[in-house]
Formats: sequence, structure tokens, C-alpha cells
Amino acid sequence: MTDSFTVSSSGAERRRARIRAGLGRRHLFERIFRGLGVLAILIALALVGSLFWMVISKGYPAFTQANLETEVYFDPDIIKVDPPPQQQPGQSAADFRAQRLAWQRQVTMSNWNRVVEQAVRAAVPPGLEITAREATALVDAGERHRLRDIFVENPGLLGERLPFTMLASADVDNWLKGTIDRDLPDERQQLSPATRALADQLLESGAIQFKFAWHIFTNVDSRSAPASAGLAGGLVGSLYMMLVVVLLAVPIGVASAIYLEEFAPKNRLTDLIEVNINNLAAVPSIVFGLFGAAVFIKYIGLPLSAPIVGGLVLTLMTLPTIIIATRSSLRAVPPSLRQAALGLGASRTQMVFHHVLPVTLPGILTATIIGVAQALGETAPLLLIGMNAFVAAVPGTPFDQSTALPAQIYLWQGNENRNFFEARTSAAIMVLLTLMITMNAIAVLLRQRLERLK
Amino acid sequence: MTSLFRSSLQGVAAPPTALEAGDGYQTVRTPDPKAKPTRLSAHDVCVFYGDKQALENVSIDIPERSVSALIGPSGCGKSTFLRCLNRMNDTIEGARVTGEITLDGENLYSPQVDVVELRARIGMVFQKPNPFPKSIFENVAYGPKIHGLARSKSELEEIVVTSLKRAGLFEEVKDRLHAPGTGLSGGQQQRLCIARAIAVGPEVILMDEPCSALDPIATSIIEELIDELRENYTIIIVTHSMQQAARVSQKTAFFHLGKLIEEGPTERIFTNPRDKKTQDYITGRIG
Repeated sequence: MTDSFTVSSSGAERRRARIRAGLGRRHLFERIFRGLGVLAILIALALVGSLFWMVISKGYPAFTQANLETEVYFDPDIIKVDPPPQQQPGQSAADFRAQRLAWQRQVTMSNWNRVVEQAVRAAVPPGLEITAREATALVDAGERHRLRDIFVENPGLLGERLPFTMLASADVDNWLKGTIDRDLPDERQQLSPATRALADQLLESGAIQFKFAWHIFTNVDSRSAPASAGLAGGLVGSLYMMLVVVLLAVPIGVASAIYLEEFAPKNRLTDLIEVNINNLAAVPSIVFGLFGAAVFIKYIGLPLSAPIVGGLVLTLMTLPTIIIATRSSLRAVPPSLRQAALGLGASRTQMVFHHVLPVTLPGILTATIIGVAQALGETAPLLLIGMNAFVAAVPGTPFDQSTALPAQIYLWQGNENRNFFEARTSAAIMVLLTLMITMNAIAVLLRQRLERLK
Repeated sequence: MTSLFRSSLQGVAAPPTALEAGDGYQTVRTPDPKAKPTRLSAHDVCVFYGDKQALENVSIDIPERSVSALIGPSGCGKSTFLRCLNRMNDTIEGARVTGEITLDGENLYSPQVDVVELRARIGMVFQKPNPFPKSIFENVAYGPKIHGLARSKSELEEIVVTSLKRAGLFEEVKDRLHAPGTGLSGGQQQRLCIARAIAVGPEVILMDEPCSALDPIATSIIEELIDELRENYTIIIVTHSMQQAARVSQKTAFFHLGKLIEEGPTERIFTNPRDKKTQDYITGRIG
């Protein structure tokens, strides 16, 4: 026995002194470690904060767009068309349709650019000289088709004047929002000096107003009419893919997790399966894309650029996430619950479905939603199965050609038009992020609700 | 078929260790002339967890409608033996059981025995109260439901109420049968687990240290309950508390290092043990 361990009062005194001598260092260590932890969190928060700040500050202008309030005159001198055909008694439906198509062709052949130009001129303050080309550059190229469609719907408008709100062209929109450098010389500007001056004047007079751009959600992508380009195609394409993922990955993933965890014997084969599921989770997503292109498109012959293929590829990617998360939440169930069920004479299946699954449901749901949200943002595999093609249509079924939200972001940010690579890209990112945050929030809420119910 | 199954298992099991049956230990047995007839009995039961032998040639007869206590220091194999009786060891990876356990002459480990049916006949109460995270009613009703014991809703309700009454819990919970079972106190939860086991109508109830997680008051309530239940059920209880064994049981078996050292009438074991190890344990010299 050494002296320091004796119970004498001097020994106790010395022990306390020795402990006290080390205390300062110990507390300092703790303070340093805490400080480092706080610093790490602050850095992470700053990075996330600057990400959101950049995306939102760049993206939110895209949600409002310049609109020109003016008056459209369906001038009979420009729109030289016959009255629309009426179905004659005894005329076959096919004949009538042919006649009507001929009339529509006539309508389309009219010079709608002139109608647009006149509408712009109606808003031009007196005294400003402007050419036809400069006038039409003010509004989006899609507006002449919109006017034509309105006329086809209602031919009675011929010779009428109609107050009308036109979408300003992307260049005007960008000019007015200030995303184009106003000090650039004329030869480097997209718009002529007259159009720029006109746009400024119209904004000042109130004829041009910024309005919320609902069409971002309802229009499909467009390159000829960039101001009216929207996300509808990508939204629906992504929706179809999520549907495929939820319908395939969730049942397959949950079923395999339950089998592996609750029923499968523990042997070399199941070890091998387990290792490979973990491997699958680590496979780079672009490899899944190659696999999809080789198997689903080349071998099975599914259509290119179709959400069904995207969904299948994303299912493969999501499966390991769901399997691993479901297995870990099954493993977290206390053995006492299983014993209670088995001890009463429940079969293994009854034990799983009556007791284990209800307890793990919140965990499985959260895993599923987070897995699906991950799949929603996945881009690389989509590029390899042709979902980055320019598709200006909303897919009717998962087998139709389509684009997807992340692929749309990729397409837009690579576009040379400022309208796309600045605001539209950020806006699309905002939509995607909002969807993902919403899904994650639902996961958290669902989990809390279900756990309170227990 | 049964004998073939047994012999083949024993062929595999013959362990080349020092614990080999051949080194021959003899359980000290004191017959009880007042004991009720035997329905459940074990012959030469050995249990292995992987290569490790946890139980060695245990043979014992359990009299019906009485309480038998299994005592012994930690790790002596008493819980292992209890779990053999309703084949809960089957659920443990790598566990292997040899020997024969018979209920009414039928070997529980014969391949013809359906383990689901067996566990309906031999119920179990665990060390820690483990009610399902469901309502009190559903906890008790679950067993009868899965075994199809109730033909109507009213019959099911009757079973639940009767079981709760027998477990002495009904008066305390009659106004909140649909409240979650996990909201009860520890002692109430354990009585709920007893009610849950009774509801299936078992012939034998196994209790694995049912009071070790309870306070003294809850313990005495459970002990009284066990004393009442032996009118109708064969009860086997594993306990760490020698006082508890002395209070509730009629027969006691002392386990030590995987061996059944001594068994006999409880008052005999506690007043006049014949084996030295038993004496050391009950006087507190080992444990």
C-alpha cells in the first residue's frame, strides 16, 4: 500500500490537492471541445444559409414577370378570313372537320405578328418612333399563338377591341429586373435602344406591371417563347416517377427487410445478401442510369425519356435505402415485445404483423419518405436514359416522353438565354427544394403523430 | 419417430467436455408423499448455446396444480430450463436442446408438436412486464383472438373480464379497459401480463423472475396472486429470492452451474437440505 492510499488525513489532503491540480486542464479541454462543436454547427448553418440565400434571392424574381396591359384589335384588314364554317344538314362529320381545319389554317396564315405589333403600338405613348420589329420584341413570342387560339375559339371577335394582358418577352423582363447590365454598349445588348426606352417608359406609366407568374407551374418548357416557359412537364414527369418508386420500392423494400430480419436463417447466403444490399446503397447513381439504359431501354425495349424507366431506375436506387432503414427500425424493437407475442402462442407471422410492424411503422414511413425525396432530386441516372431531352409536353402516361424537375434544372442552367440560366434555374431549384422540404416535414410530422398515438 | 428423433439428437449432442454426462453427477431427490400427480416432466435435458453447454442432464417431475420454484445463483441455468418448457429457446439463434420433456406423456420436442399449440398450453410471464403497446382490453384479448377461442364479441369480453379478475386487476382497471396497457404501474403491468397468459387457458404457467422488477408491495400482491392461481394452474417460477421461493412454492429445485443439484419439498429444502451446495446457497455462502 502506498502512502497516497492511506486513510490518514494528510493522505486525503494530498489526494485532493492532486485532483485539484488536474481540474483546470480537464475543464479547459471540455471548454475547447464545446467551442469546436459550436463552431462546426455555425459553419454548417452558414453554408446552408448562404445556399438558401443564393437560390432564393436569384429565384424569387422569376416568380413575377413583366406583363403589358394593352388593347388588342382583331383588325379585319389583317385577319382576312371567311366566316367559320357551320355544319350543313347532310354534311358528313369528316367533311365538316376538313372544312374547319382549312378555316383554321387560314386563320393561322394571317399575320398575327401585325396584330401583336398593333397591340403594342396601342400602348406606346405618342411621339415615340418605333419599328415593327422593335415593337414585337417587347412581348413574348408565344403571345401571337395565344391571340390566334382565342380567335379560333371565338371568331365573333373579328373587328372587336379587347383589353388584353400580354406577357413581356424574356429580354424585356430581364432588362426591367436589372439582371442585364444597363451600361453595356448597344451592340452587346439583346434589345434595340428603342425597345429598351419603350419598356422603361411603359413600366413608368404603369402599362407594364409585374405579376405573379402562375404559368411557371402550368406551362411546359419552351425555347422559342422563353418568357412563358414553365415546369409543368417536369413536375408531372417527376410525379409519375415518384408514383413508380412508391408503388415498387416501398412494397419490395419493406417485404425484403421483413423477410431478412424476421424470417431468414442467418447463414452465409443471407450474409452475402446483406453485404450486397449495402454495396447497392454505395453504387454511384450514374451506374444505375447506365444499367437502366442497357436493360430497361435496350433489352426490354421501354421507351426512351419515359418516366416509367426513370421510376424503375430510381426504384433500384431507393431500394437499399428503404431496406436498410426498415431493417434497423425492426432491429430496434425490444426483444421483450417479440417474446410476449411468441410466449402467447403467436406464430412468427402474427408476431411480425400484429406487434412488430405497428411499432416500426413510423420508422418505415420516415425512411420511405426520405428515400423517395432523395430519388426526387436524383439527376445523374436520368441523363443517361434520355430524360434531359427537350420535351415541350406534359406526359399523359408514365410511358410518354417527358422531362423531370432535376433534369429541367440541368437543361435550364445550361441554356445560353439569361432568362433560363439565371432566374428560371433558381426558380426550378426553389420548386424542387420546396417539394423535398415538404416531404421531409411530412415525414417528421407523421412520425411524431404516430408515436404519440402509441 | 419420437425415439428416433431423440437418439439422433443425442448422437449429435455428446459433448467432449469436462461437463460430460459421463462424469456423472447425481441429483439429490427427496420425494414428497403429499405431492400431486405429475403431468410435466423432464428427462436428461441438456441445452447448448453454440459450443457452450448451459444445462446438463436435468431430470425433474413437476406436480400439477402447485407451485414449483427454481432457485440458484445467476447463470445457473434455471431460466434456460424454464424456457425449454415452452420451447422459447427455439427463438434463440444457435440454441440446441436434447433430452425429453413430456406433458401428459407427449414429448414437447417431437416433430409432431406444433409449437404454437404448445405455447397456448404452456403460458409464460417474463421478468420485465412487457404488455403490448395496445389497450388493456386488447392485451388480454389478443391470445384468445389468435387462437380463435371466442366465438362472439360478448364471449371475448367475458374471457377478458374473467382473466382480469383472476389476475386481481379488474377492480383497478374496470373503468379504463381501453386505456393503453403501458400506462399502468409496474406491478399492474405484470398482473396484466399474467391476465394475458391466463386468457388463453393454459395448463401450465411459467414465470421467469416475475417480481424482480417490482417494488415490495407489488411483489407481495403478485405472490398472493400466485398462491391463488395454483388452485387451477401448474406454476413454475424462477426466482432469485429464497424468501419468495419459500413463501409461494410447494416444490423447490436448486440449480448450480448448469446442474440440478437438489430437488424436493420446499420446507425440506429450506430447513434441512441434504446437499452441501444447497446448504451453502440458502445460508448465503454462495450466490
